[in-house]
Amino acid sequence: MLKRIASGPYLVWIVLFILIPILMIGFFSMVRTDAETGAYYLTATNFARVFEPVYIAVWTRSIKIALEATAICLLLGYPMAMILAKMNARYRTIAVMLFVVPMWMNFLLRTYAWMTILGKNGILNKILMFFGLPQMTFLYSEGAVLLGMVYNFLPFMVLPIYTVLSKMDQSLIEAAEDLGGNKVNVFRKVIFPLSLPGVVSGTSMVFMPAVSTFVISNLLYGGQYMLIGNLIEQQFLVVNDWFFGSAISIILMILILATMAVMNRLSGNNPEEGGVNLW
Amino acid sequence: MVNKWVKRLYTLLIFTFLYAPIVVLIVFSFNDSKSTARWEGFTLDWYRSLFQNRYIMKSLYYTVLVAIISSISATAIGTFAAFGIFYMRTWKQKLVLNVNSIPLLNPDIVTGVSLMTLFVAMNMELGLMTMIIAHITFSVPYVVLSVLPKFKQMPGEMLEAAMDLGATPWYAFKNVILPEIKPGIITGGLIAFTLSIDDFVISFFTTGSGVSNLSIAIYSMARRGIKPEINALSTLMFASVLILLLIINKRTKIEDI
Repeated sequence: MLKRIASGPYLVWIVLFILIPILMIGFFSMVRTDAETGAYYLTATNFARVFEPVYIAVWTRSIKIALEATAICLLLGYPMAMILAKMNARYRTIAVMLFVVPMWMNFLLRTYAWMTILGKNGILNKILMFFGLPQMTFLYSEGAVLLGMVYNFLPFMVLPIYTVLSKMDQSLIEAAEDLGGNKVNVFRKVIFPLSLPGVVSGTSMVFMPAVSTFVISNLLYGGQYMLIGNLIEQQFLVVNDWFFGSAISIILMILILATMAVMNRLSGNNPEEGGVNLW
Repeated sequence: MVNKWVKRLYTLLIFTFLYAPIVVLIVFSFNDSKSTARWEGFTLDWYRSLFQNRYIMKSLYYTVLVAIISSISATAIGTFAAFGIFYMRTWKQKLVLNVNSIPLLNPDIVTGVSLMTLFVAMNMELGLMTMIIAHITFSVPYVVLSVLPKFKQMPGEMLEAAMDLGATPWYAFKNVILPEIKPGIITGGLIAFTLSIDDFVISFFTTGSGVSNLSIAIYSMARRGIKPEINALSTLMFASVLILLLIINKRTKIEDI
């Protein structure tokens, strides 16, 4: 009896606060209200608007900058994960912990830190001045947003790759070396393919928050309509067009869930075990 | 040999990249000037004005309040849910776990706006209550996922054995099952607590005027430019994170979570 009723409260909770809210934005994305009577009517205009050139530009910009951030994180993070995995056990625990600490800092504060560095009167400009170089505007540019993303999400790339690399069966690598593989070939044909699950989970853990963020772009870029997250935020909180906002949200959700499904298929990952285990 | 130095240099560069911004914040939180460019002497003024800032203090209060209430509720709901899910039939278990993973996979902003839509449609006033509900919603899935594996590791049919020996279901749960799954519950509770403390996006959409957490306070202050009080706040938060991590590290070694 206890077995059956134990999950009851959560099942109710799931329906009420997970399923119904999503169904609601699904519903809102397909309707608008009649200006005179205030009644809902079915329409495709919300979705049609998403594909207008202005908004297509926002989508492509979001996806492009998120892909760039993911690629940079992978390029910087993979070597770092390899170094960590091969580190002497004594230093390794400390080094991994040092990687986790900034992640635990409030995300807003980490982004704010860059505002003080990149700003017009920030440290970076003072250093330039010190060397007699002209001042530059680093803040409020696409580069600043990219930097903010890489800074915030780099640990998400390093940790899953590190986990996979450190659990890798060393005898496989030794066997490859014994069979005459040089370093490049051992990496290309043994280490890298075996580390793919980590790469896949790191990639999705960077890409997902990067493509949907509105905080980094708002603080480090400022203007409006920078990324898809800003567009959703504006529709819900400023413009108050919840119907259009819902349509964008639904498409973003489908994009993310589809990416995740493909990624999981690729790596044969079990979604229940996905993500880094920091504990 | 060269290789070794390349590795060391690379590690050093990455760690500099990770920590430089934090160090800058900490150093300038003691700077006797509003600017974050020139050092003009040591001061604790920003800490003083931080503690006198009513908006920040109120946000801190709400952050802790919401984190405590939501993590305790989420841990209770999630633990019982995991218990029920473990004994479910396979297809039902799969279905529930799939829905359970929606808040984990869905972008925060979508979770945020969808909850906000629900609250507004239900005529609930956005504020403390809605924020707590939202926090419970995104925390429970993590609790379920950290408790469920402990059930799977449990030696089979323990519940049946206890009940055969005359225990009531509740007694069996409390005295037989609970000790087995305790590490999972603690882990889940801690995850729920830290997620709640750290959350910005979902809180931003599900709270109303007058109630804000620290993240929201930082966001609205940062949007209006650089404030030295935020530097002081960062320093304090960084210190508490460090202390918390050290404690957890010690715990992990002792109890082997």
